[in-house]
Amino acid sequence: MIDFEYTAPTQLDDAISQLSEAGDRARILAGGTDIIVQLREGLQSADLVVDVKKIPELTQFEFTAGQDLQLGASVPCWQVYENSEISAAYTALTDAVHIIGGWQIQSRASVGGNLCNASPAADSIPALIALDAVAHIAGPAGRRTVPASEFCTAPGRNVLEKGELLVSLTLPAPGPHSGSAYQRFIPRNEMDIAVVGAGSYVRLDSDGQKIEQARIALSAVAATPVFAEEASNWLAGQPISEDVFAEAGELAKKVASPIDDMRGPAEYRTHLVGVLTRRTLATACERART
Amino acid sequence: MSTEFMTEHSTEYKVIGTRPVRHDGSDKVTGKAVYTDDLHLPNMAFGAFVRSPHAHAKIVSIDTSQAEDMPGVLATCTSADLPDPWDKVDDLGEGCVNYAHLSGNVLARGKALYKGHAVAAVVATDSHLAEEAASRIRVEYEPLPATTWVLDAMKEDAPLLHDDLITHTLDDAPAKPSNIESHIRFEKGNIEEGFAAADVIVEREFKTATVHQGYIEPHVSVASWNEDGRLKIWTATQGSFVVRQQMAALLKMPISQITIVPCEIGGGFGGKISVYEQPVAAVLSRKCGRPVKIIMRRDEVFEATGPTPGSFMRVKIGATKEGKLTAGEAWLAFDAGAFPGGVIGPGCMCVFSCYDLPNAAVDGFDVVLNKPKTQAYRAPGSTHVAFAAESVIDELAVQLDIDPIEFRLKNAAVEGTRRVDGPVYPRVGLVECLEAVKNSEHWKSTLSGPNRGRGVACGFWFNAGLKSSVTASVNPDGTVTLVEGSTDIGGTRTSIAMQLAETLGISAEDVIPQVADTDSVGFTDVTGGSRTTFATGLAAHEAALDIQRQMMERAAQIWECDTGDVEVREGVYRGNDESLTFSELALKADSVGEAIIGRGAVDPQVSTNAFAVHLVDVEVDPETGKVTILRYTASQDAGTAIHPSYVEGQIQGGSVQGIGWALNEEYFYDDDGHVRNASFLDYRMPTCYDVPMIETIIVEVPNPDHPYGVRGVGEVSIVPPPPAIASAIQRATGIRLTDLPMSPPKLWRAINNGE
Repeated sequence: MIDFEYTAPTQLDDAISQLSEAGDRARILAGGTDIIVQLREGLQSADLVVDVKKIPELTQFEFTAGQDLQLGASVPCWQVYENSEISAAYTALTDAVHIIGGWQIQSRASVGGNLCNASPAADSIPALIALDAVAHIAGPAGRRTVPASEFCTAPGRNVLEKGELLVSLTLPAPGPHSGSAYQRFIPRNEMDIAVVGAGSYVRLDSDGQKIEQARIALSAVAATPVFAEEASNWLAGQPISEDVFAEAGELAKKVASPIDDMRGPAEYRTHLVGVLTRRTLATACERART
Repeated sequence: MSTEFMTEHSTEYKVIGTRPVRHDGSDKVTGKAVYTDDLHLPNMAFGAFVRSPHAHAKIVSIDTSQAEDMPGVLATCTSADLPDPWDKVDDLGEGCVNYAHLSGNVLARGKALYKGHAVAAVVATDSHLAEEAASRIRVEYEPLPATTWVLDAMKEDAPLLHDDLITHTLDDAPAKPSNIESHIRFEKGNIEEGFAAADVIVEREFKTATVHQGYIEPHVSVASWNEDGRLKIWTATQGSFVVRQQMAALLKMPISQITIVPCEIGGGFGGKISVYEQPVAAVLSRKCGRPVKIIMRRDEVFEATGPTPGSFMRVKIGATKEGKLTAGEAWLAFDAGAFPGGVIGPGCMCVFSCYDLPNAAVDGFDVVLNKPKTQAYRAPGSTHVAFAAESVIDELAVQLDIDPIEFRLKNAAVEGTRRVDGPVYPRVGLVECLEAVKNSEHWKSTLSGPNRGRGVACGFWFNAGLKSSVTASVNPDGTVTLVEGSTDIGGTRTSIAMQLAETLGISAEDVIPQVADTDSVGFTDVTGGSRTTFATGLAAHEAALDIQRQMMERAAQIWECDTGDVEVREGVYRGNDESLTFSELALKADSVGEAIIGRGAVDPQVSTNAFAVHLVDVEVDPETGKVTILRYTASQDAGTAIHPSYVEGQIQGGSVQGIGWALNEEYFYDDDGHVRNASFLDYRMPTCYDVPMIETIIVEVPNPDHPYGVRGVGEVSIVPPPPAIASAIQRATGIRLTDLPMSPPKLWRAINNGE
């Protein structure tokens, strides 16, 4: 690891000006569970590391049942799953933050950081996309919002411009008769990187018989986590059945363009998209009905 | 957890068979135990390696000047700083080494032979600086074609690693060099006749991937080359004396100039016997005049140390319809990594070791290729061949419709069985292990439900004897200080102390065991080969008898009688109508004469022959190919379990390593010969979430070559898991996998092709 400067601003404006000044040579540290490893292993280098955990806006979260969730970008995973109201409302996100590393990692790693790290295999991003989350960005030119589904641009790359940082995420209120789930396939049972991940959200009709709206998102099958739009749209109006879930799985495979690597061959990953889409839809529907 | 025992030994022991708190336990659980990286010597500097980015390349030039110009950089070194190596083969206790090869592995000479091969090193005032300086050492390479699969490396047109390597063979020496270091052949009986007598013959081919020992503590050393020419090294090693031996040979120094201090060790499993960073730290220390610490990163550990070979195996076994084995044939090719001398020898000896096989032939090949030099890994070679042979045995049982345990009982090796490589077994416990599993609640339970299956497999490991030394001093408070040369990896301080205590009739807590440096105790071979509790225990027993003899003489002197009139029983000395306990006599002895010091030095030239039988239930997810271990039972002949908790721990640890090897662990090589998963994230060892509690059955068939009947227990438990799991998967799915690891994509593909 090569030496770098470290700052920990307490004001958002200070962070923006420090990041702007250092430009490409600046890196943002929230939980640090990715950036510290990347700096140590030489995968990234930096002249300046800006710790954003001391900025109040980034560490706050607000939730009232029935309303949107505002989640500060540095809020660590454990605060999501330890909050019974949030974890009950956004089960796909809860599923995901429970399996990002072990509990030591979950004590530091943030949902916002997981999004910014833009790993194709990130666990929380399919959940965020399925839950229709929106990212709030601040920078030298002011503020803007970007849907989670458009936030990542390539492996390790995102839409943040020079001087910008992610401030918070908005997760819309999930609505009545809705449910969501995230699952990943890993060869082991914990402490692993997704071979494929899938997040599904459904909203059912008031009888719980038909799907009114669905959103499916996948990870580890493309350069970025992807929204399976066709499969999601097709589900609207479908009855709840294993055949419907299986068909959605087949449609979801269309957005998968995985690679062969040590985590799994491409053909196998595409197959798993079908399996996990089906399984997460089944769980999401079950949750929506209870 | 309850442990089952099947015991044949006397149950009169007072200490043996109990479970005292380990002597080093408090230090280890409170973080006070000193590991090598905990050392911070005054003025200490830090070394870092430059490693080859190519799997095979000629080293054209090395320019260290830019690094040396950096402030804080103290020195650099390359293979030119090591003496010209001796072309000499030496025995390190668990395998041999050629010092020319070892020197070339420590720092590459002329060619880099694998990705990660150390090419140069640098020392600086801090570790980050050393790392940065390493990146400024310019090495010019001329890349060469590389090979990482054993059968490819054996081809005539394969890229040659060593142009002077001529195959050692029983036939005429070949005219041309190749990558085949040796061809071993064992024969027994007549296999043509044997196969002719068979009603059923099964022949299959098997592959296993390269796997790593996966010790948690990376390789780490501190070297201090002093102005008087003496060299002191603190290091994590399985054998301080064999480190001294290797250092003396590599640096061409007298062994008396070198002291090795073994620190606590965070796992070895065979991988911490060879030296890697120790000679480099020493040379850098000589050049900069300061103590030098080198600690490897995890990717360096994966890319440049260990691992165990990848292999290709073909095994053929025949049996009569009554279930008697008639003949076996094996063709085994193991890679040795970049330098000759892998574990094909034990592989050949172990392949049919569990059975009374009247006719057998084994061909084995030791092959070099562009991977790190392989090292021993827990029962080295035996896990590979058990996967092949036990899978074929299981398939025979299925074809003959004979219960897999009954089939094995009909053919199990017993006292008097001659192995294909020659030795005849003394009393061994394979039948007892099979019976123990057969009588277990697990075997008698019903496994029901879809996609579930049960598998069983046997395993063998020789277990070594070798040299061990201890001294023991009696303290006036009745305790005994025990100084030993065996580094303690699995609780051997306590298992050795318990044997001393049993012999003297004192408690385990009254023995204070210490692992000493190479200047403070007699020569002791590595902690390896499952030998330590056996051989160093034997030395402790000798030392205890020596103490007892001196105590009796002292008692006679105090009581003014003949030594012959003094008796001792369970630590109480009696004579001339008087009696004293060990501790009372220790106090008196101290006031009337010289110190009482016992010594024990042994070199038993025996195998203690460990057998194990494992039973596993699995469930397969046919949609993903993922295997879940539902239940696991491991039986093993410990001879006598000195400390049953540590025997259980060894059985469980080995089983889990075998499960990892079976299901997910592998070096994932790309087309350039680079390992793509040199981290614990993508090199998938099992975690506690992946295995159930391993149930253990300790079988005790005492070893006739040890006063307390001890056999080694450390290694054999890694052997049966891959074939046991393969057979369980076969029962669950109808598919027999023959490639390790049996990872989810592989099993999914096999299930899909079958449909």
